[in-house]
Amino acid sequence: MINASLKQLSQALAAKQISSVELSTLFLDRIERLNPTLNAFVTVDREKSLKMAIAADVRIAAGTAGPLTGIPIAQKDIFCAEGWTTTCGSKMLANFVSPYDATVIHKMHAEAGLVSLGKTNMDEFAMGSSNETSFFGPVRNPWDSSRVPGGSSGGSAAAVAARLAPAATGTDTGGSIRQPAALCNLTGLKPTYGVVSRYGMIAFASSLDQAGPMAASAEDCALLLNTMVGFDERDSTSLDRPVEDYTRDLEKPLNGLRIGLPKEFFGEGCDAEVMAAVRAAIAEYEKLGATTVEVSLPNSHLSVPAYYVIAPAEASSNLSRFDGVRYGYRAPEYDNLEQMYEKTRAQGFGAEVKRRIMIGAYVLSHGYYDAYYLQAQRIRRLIADDFVEAFKHCDVIMGPTSPSTAFKLGEKAADPVQMYLSDIYTIAVNLAGLPGMSVPCGFVDGLPVGLQLIGNYFAEGQLLNVAHRYQQATDWHQRWAVVE
Amino acid sequence: MTQWEVVIGIETHAQLATVSKIFSGAATAFGAEPNTQACAVDLALPGVLPVLNKKAVECAIRFGLAIGADVAQKSVFARKNYFYPDLPKGYQISQMDLPVVVGGNITLQVGQGDKAYEKVVRLTRAHLEEDAGKSLHEDFQGKSGIDLNRAGTPLLEIVSEPDMRSSDEAVAYAKSLHALVQWIGICDGNMQEGSFRCDANVSVRPKGQAEFGTRREIKNLNSFRFLKEAIDFEVQWQINEIEEGRRIQQATVLFDPDSGETRMMRSKEDAHDYRYFPDPDLLPLVISREWIARVQSELPELPVQMRERFVREFGLSNYDASALTANSEIAAFFQLTVGAAGKQNAKPCANWIMVDLAARLNKEGKDIAESPVSAAQLAGLIQRIADNTISNNIAKKVFEALWNGEGATADEVIDKQGLKQITDSGAIESLVDEVLAANPANVAEFKAGKEKAFNALVGQVMKAAKGKANPQQVNDLLKQKLAG
Repeated sequence: MINASLKQLSQALAAKQISSVELSTLFLDRIERLNPTLNAFVTVDREKSLKMAIAADVRIAAGTAGPLTGIPIAQKDIFCAEGWTTTCGSKMLANFVSPYDATVIHKMHAEAGLVSLGKTNMDEFAMGSSNETSFFGPVRNPWDSSRVPGGSSGGSAAAVAARLAPAATGTDTGGSIRQPAALCNLTGLKPTYGVVSRYGMIAFASSLDQAGPMAASAEDCALLLNTMVGFDERDSTSLDRPVEDYTRDLEKPLNGLRIGLPKEFFGEGCDAEVMAAVRAAIAEYEKLGATTVEVSLPNSHLSVPAYYVIAPAEASSNLSRFDGVRYGYRAPEYDNLEQMYEKTRAQGFGAEVKRRIMIGAYVLSHGYYDAYYLQAQRIRRLIADDFVEAFKHCDVIMGPTSPSTAFKLGEKAADPVQMYLSDIYTIAVNLAGLPGMSVPCGFVDGLPVGLQLIGNYFAEGQLLNVAHRYQQATDWHQRWAVVE
Repeated sequence: MTQWEVVIGIETHAQLATVSKIFSGAATAFGAEPNTQACAVDLALPGVLPVLNKKAVECAIRFGLAIGADVAQKSVFARKNYFYPDLPKGYQISQMDLPVVVGGNITLQVGQGDKAYEKVVRLTRAHLEEDAGKSLHEDFQGKSGIDLNRAGTPLLEIVSEPDMRSSDEAVAYAKSLHALVQWIGICDGNMQEGSFRCDANVSVRPKGQAEFGTRREIKNLNSFRFLKEAIDFEVQWQINEIEEGRRIQQATVLFDPDSGETRMMRSKEDAHDYRYFPDPDLLPLVISREWIARVQSELPELPVQMRERFVREFGLSNYDASALTANSEIAAFFQLTVGAAGKQNAKPCANWIMVDLAARLNKEGKDIAESPVSAAQLAGLIQRIADNTISNNIAKKVFEALWNGEGATADEVIDKQGLKQITDSGAIESLVDEVLAANPANVAEFKAGKEKAFNALVGQVMKAAKGKANPQQVNDLLKQKLAG
């Protein structure tokens, strides 16, 4: 049951082989036993979870259940959930109990009937690629507890990889779903910007943030994505388009699929053994009937610098609301208003968050705005245009998700630029607003490697199909970390 | 001695008369208990997002059309970043580079009587933004309270060109604008509640000099009287400074109504860097031609158009027509009065409203909308003057009686108080005969060539008739008898 797919769990629940309460208890017990080593969850509330499980069992008994009703999952602690402590990995919100549900949470709880097992650890305000910036301490990679799980959705990745939850939600601003998925041997999908509502998802960089599923397989991701998407009038950047069933095209054959291989992704900067695994995966695709074509993303080398202007700029403004006035942390001692702000924010935010706020404030300030922010926006447009051009020659783009396998805790913590380069292959996708996935495609020294798939706008269904067919032919995604 | 010229530009914040806030569904009603009209969005809880209120946009379109401006087909919301406890997000959503309304102008009447002149003031722009909350510094024993009811209230900031050359012109502009925004129904104009407040940018320069002097901005003037007093003080202060050899430093100042003085709030050096950038949570505001056309079709007749019509249709002077279209209430009152009294009585209608009614209202500090004498009552009165039922003098009595509620109509008052004019020539003749017989001295004086004696005799006849005799008939009969 622990390693069962969502489909299998759904069938077991429908056949009354197991109840949602039993299933949820199974995972809650595993969390209780294994979380102290992994630190994947920051909040677990057995009573709340079981209440949802009971409600799900009632729906199942009444015959009003949806396909995922009663299945327990883990929620990244970036989503506001009514009555749940919602910390975003920060001291600033360590005691913040949300009075409302994010749209994604509402859809999963009230509509789909999923059971939340708890809130998962993450880099503070989603700023990081290793989960080391969390106020609640680092998360351990289930494949090697001396290594990072990736970030910022590291808690979700570790939880699913260690089977503390069958699946989880993540968010991806520059690679925060795909990179931890790669480092933990998971399948993760970042949808097209605007497909999943951002309402109630604590903002890091509003124009880049997008929520998505993290699970063992493409099929699981498709099922979970079905519960997350849809137009939301409370999010002005949400797209009003017909809802689709992402499982519909899963089985489509890949004959004639044109895979674009950007030469910029296959040059220097990537670990050779990671690259070998990626190439082997592409060879597998050729066996499945796909062809490859070299494409070019000539501005991709500018994506990291452009991202580290735009994302901090938006973050510096988004995080201004954490001022100690209305909720969240407030410094215990201060003499005046200015001091209250200074001390509250100095004490409430960690080093990486402060670094990005400073960068963001700097690039937006008078006299620097044109040189940094506007220039970065221009680059962003060029990067998006590169993809438009590339997709004239191919259906899907492939390459590595991350230039290396999971690195050691502390290895890159002292060097922010090295850390930022972990996302060198993922960031351009966010800047362009495209959908992207990471799919398990092999191991190097016992550590998982991820293959990145990038689709055209709204091609989530196609990406899931491409990933699923590969997972029919390979079993990388069915190798489980040994955590006990 | 140098002749100084005053240069004034005005920025106005007009609170838009929408039911809900500009980016949330919370109510905008004034005077509620603190923090009872602030929802999750207004409180800037983590994760919330703004959604633009279309009604606020419609107000901006109405305004743009009313002043003959360009309504931008695309405008952009920007974040103005600064920290203050009553600014929950740490930024205000406003418009910077691309405002919704560009250009336009307002025609005003300055001064009264012979000194009256017309002036056209050009507008630079008008943009949509949200209001902040309120800090309450009293009643909290050394602490400050925050009321966020006002946070997110929609404002239209209307910026004029520096076209005004005196405090009288500034006041005339503010009054015209105040009347216009109420006329087109986008603002309730309540200045006590802060629905309409002005900032005045004031500078002086030697007459004939082309370039402007350095300006100082007087903030938050919420009455026309304060606007005038503040500008007059500021102008004199600036002239004195310059004449005493000091330079004006750009600054923001506050007006203290108690002392009648302006004092510095902050200099240019401590001006904030607001780090404006386009709000990534809101898409550019796109206004279709169809939308503009629809708003145009719903727009009432504007003051300028109505003024021209009054001149054309009723033969009123430009001055009268302007006065009667100074605000929507007086215009409505005049139209109702003419409607009931008949077009041929337009001039007396105008006079009664502008002179007698205005004086009476003024004396009681009442608004025309609260006039105890209705338009229908006034029309009835004017009709009785026109058909010679009463004289102008008696009409003033009837008016007073109507004002005091001594009758429902002019006819009723005339009847009840027996004020009907005596037009029966027989009755008047006998009165004249009586007076001539009783006043031989006056008769002798008249015959000796003293014209004044005639007036005394008229007076005696009117007195005997208790003012009700038709003055023209009295005149004619007296002349006839004295000549005979």
